[in-house]
Order: sequence, then structure tokens, then C-alpha cells
Amino acid sequence: MTLTIILFLTAEVAILMLALLIAVVRGLTAPIFTPLRLTSIAYVDIVRGIPTILLLFLFAFGIPALNLQGVTNSELIWGWAALVVSYSAYVSEVLRAGLESVHPSQRAAARALGLSQIQSLRFVVVPQAVRRVLPPLLNDFIALQKDTALLSLVGVVEVFRVAQVDAGFYFNFTPYVVVAVFFILLTVPLSRYADWLAERRRRVSQASAGGL
Amino acid sequence: MTTETPDAGPQPTLRLNDVHKSYGDNAVLRGVSLDIDEHEVVALIGASGCGKSTLLRCIDLLEPIDAGAIRLDGVDISWPGYDANAARRKIGIVFQAFNLFPHQSVLKNITLGPCKVLRMPKADAEAEGMTLLERFGLADKAKDYPDRLSGGQQQRVAIVRALAMKPELMLFDEITSALDPELVGEVLDVIRGLKDTGLTMMLATHEMGFAREIANRVAFLDVGEVAELGPPEQVLSEPKQARTQRFLRRVTEAGRL
Repeated sequence: MTLTIILFLTAEVAILMLALLIAVVRGLTAPIFTPLRLTSIAYVDIVRGIPTILLLFLFAFGIPALNLQGVTNSELIWGWAALVVSYSAYVSEVLRAGLESVHPSQRAAARALGLSQIQSLRFVVVPQAVRRVLPPLLNDFIALQKDTALLSLVGVVEVFRVAQVDAGFYFNFTPYVVVAVFFILLTVPLSRYADWLAERRRRVSQASAGGL
Repeated sequence: MTTETPDAGPQPTLRLNDVHKSYGDNAVLRGVSLDIDEHEVVALIGASGCGKSTLLRCIDLLEPIDAGAIRLDGVDISWPGYDANAARRKIGIVFQAFNLFPHQSVLKNITLGPCKVLRMPKADAEAEGMTLLERFGLADKAKDYPDRLSGGQQQRVAIVRALAMKPELMLFDEITSALDPELVGEVLDVIRGLKDTGLTMMLATHEMGFAREIANRVAFLDVGEVAELGPPEQVLSEPKQARTQRFLRRVTEAGRL
């Protein structure tokens, strides 16, 4: 159970960072960045096209089978990496929608103060973008919490795998029910948090409707 | 290309030399030349689409120019190798639509530049920010978010935000155009106060009466060039150019003079 939560929390941080990088790179318009931009588009297209479970098998069994020197063969680490790669593609698209929804005049105002390109993103554009896409972002993270169960298929003994073993041992399905309840308990607070954020955002936008 | 020494005799604060800017086939600026001396206030007037806003955005390097030169204190800041961020530190701009950062409080809006760009300690930046807010009667709004403020208050905050960077030159891009008529006065009062402090300013405006009152010189922009330039009494009351006369007649008919 702790392993499931640790897997989820660390994956979430890694996904956010990777996804933000992909989303920002995809938004670079200067011709010099074209190769980078095309790479990020290809990454999202390819990763989203592959079923998560297939990606998981490719990473957890495929990479160790290559017998690379100095590379870990841990199914846990490669399974975790597969989840990060898979979800970063989806999350990057959510973040990109957020970045594009911030009016260019905000960036102009930031640059006018003398902030660099990166500072403008960090202090002005990204905070606004993330606020706007929080509900869909949390939606993806709820899905991620449940998909940590997929790691059992490559031999990682997380909570679902423990239940399978117990169910097999005692010939009843109670352990599955317990695990189902566990996942619900894990995801419901996130769902309510997403609702609360959406509600707060609605109130704020109503309050400011007269202002602009 | 930047061989001029800044101290070679008295320099205008800003010198525009044959500035050109096009968007595709649309030539917005067709060779604008204009000098602004220290402590001088220049008003830019002209019909919508004449290039006023574009010119101000080009001066703040928010848009690259196609040809010509923009010199600030004798240094060519439009040269591609020049650090645009360094130039923007010296130039403040206030936009028609305020463009405050909605996710930050009023005080945060004001301290962001000094903290991150000038690397000022947070406490100092906040103290200076509060001093500025007090000066413009906005101290009680420091903790509010922009959407709680009226348009006039938002625009005054935007002016304070630009002033917090202690610019040498301030650009105002039709800063009263998005305001309800009864809120225009409080913003214009701020500009009057700034003129008294000797700040060098360039303002694009549709308020002809205000241009006459505040400007040392008025520049009439038409199809991307300075069609007429001179003291406000001359340009606004006895324009020499036929196109200036036509423009002012239209403005008078609309009741804005």
C-alpha cells in the first residue's frame, strides 16, 4: 500500500516536470527551435498511440533484455518510467491547452518589465495556465493512481498484486473488494479537490466578469 | 554597430531614426524619425491604425523593427546583438488593457519586476512598492487581486508597476481608451503628477485636450510616418499639413477636442 502511494507521488512529480518541458518546447515558435518542437510533437504522437500496458511491457521486459551495461534491470524502475512516459504525453497536451489560453498580452507585460523569456514563463504564464487546467490535470492524476495497478503485471508487488496473491490463497474475492475500496479512498479526495477548485474558479470568474 | 559613446555631448533620451515595421505586406511604420529630450513629454496622435501602438511596442522592443535604429541615451538598442531585457529595464510601458497579472495581488504585481529583474531584496521592493501605492492613493488595495479593482484603479496600478522599475522613459499606449469616461480623470491626474517630476514620457492618446495640456510637443502620425510635429498649440490649433487638418476636423466633429 505504501509502495502504491510512493509510486504514484513520485511519478506525479516526474510527469509534471516532463510534461511541462514538452508543452513549453511545443510552444516555441522561433525557427531555430523547429527540430525541438517537431521532436516534442513526435513524442506525444508516438507515446499516445501506444497502449500504456504495451509501453509497460516494452520498458520493464524489453529494456532489461537488451543487457545494457550500467543500466538497471529493475522492473519496478522501468515500470515506473513507463507510466511517467505514457502520462507525460497526455498531461503535456493538457498543459499546452493551458499555456495557449493565457493571452499573449500577459507575456508582453512580463517582458516589458524586463523579465527574461524563462522568467516570464515561470512567474506569469505557467502559474495562470496551471490554474486554468487544474481540473483536467487532476483527472489525469486520478487515472494514474489507478494505473499503478498495471505494474503488478510486470512483477511489481504493489497493493493489487498483494490482493491477487491473497485471493488465490484463500479462494475468495474479499481481498479484491478491499483493494477496490483502497483505490476509491485514494481517488475520492482528489476528485473532491478537483470539484472544489472548479467551483472556486467559477466564483472568481463571475466576480471579475464586470472588471474587464 | 554600437560604437557611439553615450557621453559624446548632449544626447536626446530617445532617438528614432527612420524606423520601419511591416506585418507581411502591411507596412505599419514607414520611416519614423523622432527625438525625445530628457524631461520632455511627447504626445502621439493619429487615427486608429496609424501606427501609434506599434511604434511604442517597437521602442520597448516587444516587436522587432525591420529597418532603422532606436537609440536610448545614444546606444542603439534595436541592434539584434543588444540585450533587449537591459533596454526594457530602462523603459516602462503601460498598455491600453492594463495587462495586470490576475493571479497576483496588487503589491506582488508591483514587486515582481524589482525582485526578479533588479534583484532587489523582497522587503525593500515591498517597501518601495507601498510608498508608490500611497503616493497614488492605492495603499489600501495592496493585498487585493486585480479583478477586485475598478478599471481606473487597475490602470493606476499598471502605472505604478512600470514606475517601480524606475524607468528613464515611460511609454503610455492609449491608457484611457478602455476606461469608462468617469474613470479617465483619475488616470490623467497621475500623468500630470508624473510630468511634474520631470519624467520623460511618450504617450499615444485620443484625448486631444489632454495632449494639448500635457505635451511639450505633439506628433501627428499618419500612415506610418510623422506627418506633423511641433508644439501642441501649433499642431492642434494651426496645423500646416492638410492631412492633420482633416484628422482634427474629424475629431472635432466627434466631439473629442
